[in-house]
Amino acid sequence: MSSAAASRHPGSEVLLAVKDLHAWYGESHVLHGVEFEVRAGEVVTLLGRNGAGKTTTLKSIIGIAPQRRGSIRLMGRESVGLSSRQVARLGVGYVPEERGIFASLSVKENLELPPIVQTGGLTSGQIFELFPNLRSRLTSQGTKLSGGEQQMLAIARILRTGARLLLLDEPTEGLAPVIVEQIGRMVAQLKQAGFTIVLVEQNFRFARTFADRHYVMDQGRVVEMIPSSEIDTSMDKLHSYLSA
Amino acid sequence: MFELLGISPYGLFGQLLIGLINGSFYALLSLGLAVIFGLLNIINFTHGAQYMMGAFAAWMLLNYLGIGYWWALLIAPLVVAVIGVIIERLLLARLYHLDHLYGLLLTFGVGLVITGLFRNYYGSAGLPYPTPGGLTGGSDLGFMFVPTYRVWVIGLSLVVCFGTWALVEKTKLGAYLRATTENPVLVGAFGINVPRLITLTYGFGVWLAALAGVLAAPMYSINPNMGIDLMIVVFAVVVIGGMGSILGSIVTGFGLGLIEGLTKVFYPEASSTVIFVVMAIVLLVRPAGLFGRSG
Repeated sequence: MSSAAASRHPGSEVLLAVKDLHAWYGESHVLHGVEFEVRAGEVVTLLGRNGAGKTTTLKSIIGIAPQRRGSIRLMGRESVGLSSRQVARLGVGYVPEERGIFASLSVKENLELPPIVQTGGLTSGQIFELFPNLRSRLTSQGTKLSGGEQQMLAIARILRTGARLLLLDEPTEGLAPVIVEQIGRMVAQLKQAGFTIVLVEQNFRFARTFADRHYVMDQGRVVEMIPSSEIDTSMDKLHSYLSA
Repeated sequence: MFELLGISPYGLFGQLLIGLINGSFYALLSLGLAVIFGLLNIINFTHGAQYMMGAFAAWMLLNYLGIGYWWALLIAPLVVAVIGVIIERLLLARLYHLDHLYGLLLTFGVGLVITGLFRNYYGSAGLPYPTPGGLTGGSDLGFMFVPTYRVWVIGLSLVVCFGTWALVEKTKLGAYLRATTENPVLVGAFGINVPRLITLTYGFGVWLAALAGVLAAPMYSINPNMGIDLMIVVFAVVVIGGMGSILGSIVTGFGLGLIEGLTKVFYPEASSTVIFVVMAIVLLVRPAGLFGRSG
């Protein structure tokens, strides 16, 4: 499956390589040997039904899944035994499904909360160019923003840190179509700027416009890899995996 | 007017001043509890013992090393805070994955052990501590007598309380603290050292308790039980103010000190219970406390 990636991004290094990843919540075994890889500069989605293990896969990569085993190589370094703090310091930015905007912090404080982990992050000027809405709301309480603005804020704050690999968990969930489009354009811009992005997404019609490849997950495994160019010819397969 | 009410201005303002003094200690101690509870979710039952240790540390510095009040004000709270940090790293940190009740039991036990040790070495009789030079005496304002040291205690408490409030609400470190209180997992996933933040917070809460102890040393007799009676009232203050609320601790601490003082003037029989009556009423009307977030 890496041949397609290699042809699309020839010569670019493998930024993230997940092999035989298992994860548990207490007694319940939710990931059963997940395998996939992402090259520098790629945008890759994890598709699948609810409960397929997409969110747990992201949590395992950033290091907040309760129990995990297997191999997660990040920037060429084994990270499965690292704490989330150490993983973040390798240059990984994480946007949780529930967005994680802090109610007791202003928009500005939320934006400036994640520490700089590497050089090369976006400046405030570049961030406000991408998210003009935020500039006028800096003193508002973080959770007083609309759902779309909160999502923008959750993404904006990890762009400052210099993270090269962004993990976005369902950034479009519950948002109006016009906002979804806006977020799609923003992700495409981030890709242009050289960010590597792993995106959990239910809506592959939306994701195909900017993603390079799609990994389909089912019952705690990656069962299929579909390049965006083959989405049309893979519709039947996709529907059978994604329909409940 | 005072004649009509049958009280002297000296009595009224004297009690109000005592109320403010008590309020200063309520505020400092409940503030430390609030800061610790906010981040660790543990009610620090060692707090009274740490207050007592602050007073004893000042006494020891003076009697064993000849170090006076002003240096003790600096050194004693730091020493007690370091001991607090050791307790947190060595003991409390092992309990974070368990129910909060274990943390409560542990701090309660550690408090008993420390109090017992001090009682063993120093007995229960009070030890004296001289009022620092420059703060002795007082002035007669015509309607009340104001001891200089008490004015100093109230002033410093106010500065420390609002300094703490500003630290938590207005600084970057405070933003880390507030964010970690809400969602420690996510803050850790941003690359912030959450365990160190927790340790520092516990140390700071203990520092506040020990500082109150040093302030108390010249006014009250220093004895191993000095924290116990005070803490019963302070826990009531915390409940009234709302668990973990910074501003709630400060306002409720000073407010209840004043209410207690006024009760001593107008109905002395109720002065030792008035705080608990207020607590019962507040719990009935606002179970989360006056400044509590959830209700």
